[in-house]
Amino acid sequence: MEIVIRINGQDEQHKECTISTLVAAKGLVASSLVVEHNGRIVKQADWHDVSLEQGDVLELLNFVGGG
Amino acid sequence: MSFYSVIKRYHGVDFQTLLNQVTPARVEAALASDHLLENDFLALLSPAASVYLEQMAKKAHSLTEQYFGRTIQLFIPLYISNFCANECVYCGFHRGNDIRRKKLSLAEIETEARAIAATGMRHLLLLTGEAPAVTPMEYLEDAVRLLKRYFASVAIEIFPLETEDYRRLRLAGVDGLTLYQEVYDEKRYGLVHKAGRKTDFRYRLDAPERGARGGLRMVNIGPLLGLGEVRSEVFFCGLHAKYLQDTFLQTEIGLSLPRMNPAEGNYQPDYAADDRTYVQFLTSLRCFLPRAGITVSTRESAAFRDNLLRLGVTRFSAGSCTGVGGYVEQEETGTPQFQITDERSVAEVVQSVRAAGYQPVYKDWDAI
Amino acid sequence: MQDEQLILGGHSFSSRLFTGTGKFAAKDWIPKMLAASESEMITVALRRIDSGGMGENILDFIPKEVVLLPNTSGARTAEEAVRIARIAREAGCGNFIKIEVITDMKYLMPDNFETLRATELLAGEGFTVLPYVLPDLTLAKKLEDAGAAAIMPLGAPIGTNRGLETRSLIALLIENCRLPVIVDAGIGRPSQAAEAMEMGADAVLVNTAIATAEDPARMGRAFSLAVQAGRLAYLARVGSESATARASSPLTGFLD
Repeated sequence: MEIVIRINGQDEQHKECTISTLVAAKGLVASSLVVEHNGRIVKQADWHDVSLEQGDVLELLNFVGGG
Repeated sequence: MSFYSVIKRYHGVDFQTLLNQVTPARVEAALASDHLLENDFLALLSPAASVYLEQMAKKAHSLTEQYFGRTIQLFIPLYISNFCANECVYCGFHRGNDIRRKKLSLAEIETEARAIAATGMRHLLLLTGEAPAVTPMEYLEDAVRLLKRYFASVAIEIFPLETEDYRRLRLAGVDGLTLYQEVYDEKRYGLVHKAGRKTDFRYRLDAPERGARGGLRMVNIGPLLGLGEVRSEVFFCGLHAKYLQDTFLQTEIGLSLPRMNPAEGNYQPDYAADDRTYVQFLTSLRCFLPRAGITVSTRESAAFRDNLLRLGVTRFSAGSCTGVGGYVEQEETGTPQFQITDERSVAEVVQSVRAAGYQPVYKDWDAI
Repeated sequence: MQDEQLILGGHSFSSRLFTGTGKFAAKDWIPKMLAASESEMITVALRRIDSGGMGENILDFIPKEVVLLPNTSGARTAEEAVRIARIAREAGCGNFIKIEVITDMKYLMPDNFETLRATELLAGEGFTVLPYVLPDLTLAKKLEDAGAAAIMPLGAPIGTNRGLETRSLIALLIENCRLPVIVDAGIGRPSQAAEAMEMGADAVLVNTAIATAEDPARMGRAFSLAVQAGRLAYLARVGSESATARASSPLTGFLD
């Protein structure tokens, strides 16, 4: 089933899945990624335990160089 | 050209009004300045500046460290004659005072020199009363030549001389001149100097310049606090020092701040500077003249002098006797010129200087 | 004469040079720079990933012993800063957070007001808060009360490399503020870092000047030496004990 979730401020349509599936589908490097799901950080170990639902808000963040 | 031209600029000026008009803002501006002008100096001398004393002290302390490091030059006075032809109402050697007059022979001078040198002191200040007939130039030259064998530096505090005579003494070995104007207010000067050559205000005023022109390395001036209104006296002394500094670049200019002290004759000074005011004067002078040496003598108490160490002083007399001779034990020195309050030995003063974190300097230079 | 360590957030720092990961031409300079400079704390930022998503993880370039100092750059309000801080902590960065809230897009001046609010919120949550601010003594006092771990006054606006333009204001902070003073922004040359330390600053944070040098490792070392030199000069002037007790006894107390 298709759901609409907001990822980094943009609405995107995806199949229902877990965070880890989404990360893989987007081709993201897991090790550098920080995932905030509905305002809560989800540790990488827990990504396959979290199922995404319609209207979820995801922030996909990473650490970058900064002063 | 004479410092008198500076004094003339202030003729008729009502110092009391001027000083009382100084506002706290004016004092703050003076304190903040790196290059004080005359009116900044006056502001620091005013009653309004008294509440800023700690700040003035801090500034004076750091300026002194900057320009002098943490050193105190030590010197010792030797009076070789108390004969005097003047009538200075405040002085122990006043010609009207019935005191034992004494003049040291060269042999006696040498004995004193040996005794003094044994204390480690290397800078000597040679003093006489004012009686040129008793202590003529030849006698003085002989004394200086003799003393130069024992001391790295010989300075003089004697009666005013002509430029040529300062030159003669320089050739004999004198490197410094101390001469206090005593009081810069002409009227007050006339009141306290009753007779003798010293009544000539201008002649005395111009003597430091003649000393500088005669090639002396160091010239040291001062007011005698108590003879005139204290704040304006310190003001003029500061201006005098500045004038000399600006006019004679090759000469090291210093000031002393002697405060009146009971002497034979029981003169009661008409003016006074309490300790707090004295500290204000010392720190103001340092702020106004960062490079001028400042001497505090044994007229001041040991405890007070020790506290002044960090406030801008750069020269201390130590182990002093202000009677004639006096360094050979158990001798009769006669009446002192003024009463000494700090009676510590050289060793004790040295210890206090070190305890305050300063290095006592016995010898600043050698003439080679 | 041993200098005491700088203690922030329960961590002891021997080096008083903090560095940053921003603006490097290539990330592999970062570990070389850290080795050469011996800096023990480095800033990082948090951003949404690029859509490409193949970026290197900056954390891979930072040795484990170096303390991470995430900053809240990008935040325009206290709330945004707080959110970034929480995310950073959750992501494993530890408790340190540099609060950087900039609403002025022309000069990039920090928003002191939002920074104070963020400090109040985050100190309450147990963060070790290092607020980046325009030097202001009144603000500093409020940051102290709010529980900041230090204060980071700017020396000059970001990118200007004008050194300690705000030196007299920084001096006020050093003299009157109980918090450690870490000068950040504007330091373009090692001599400027030395100057800050000579004045009595507790540390400096240098990013751009090192990252944009031809040889960032060498420049990192230069800054390290400058910071040490400045600190030694300061200690020599005041004596290492009174480095922490900045008041000195009055010179005219004897008159009272």
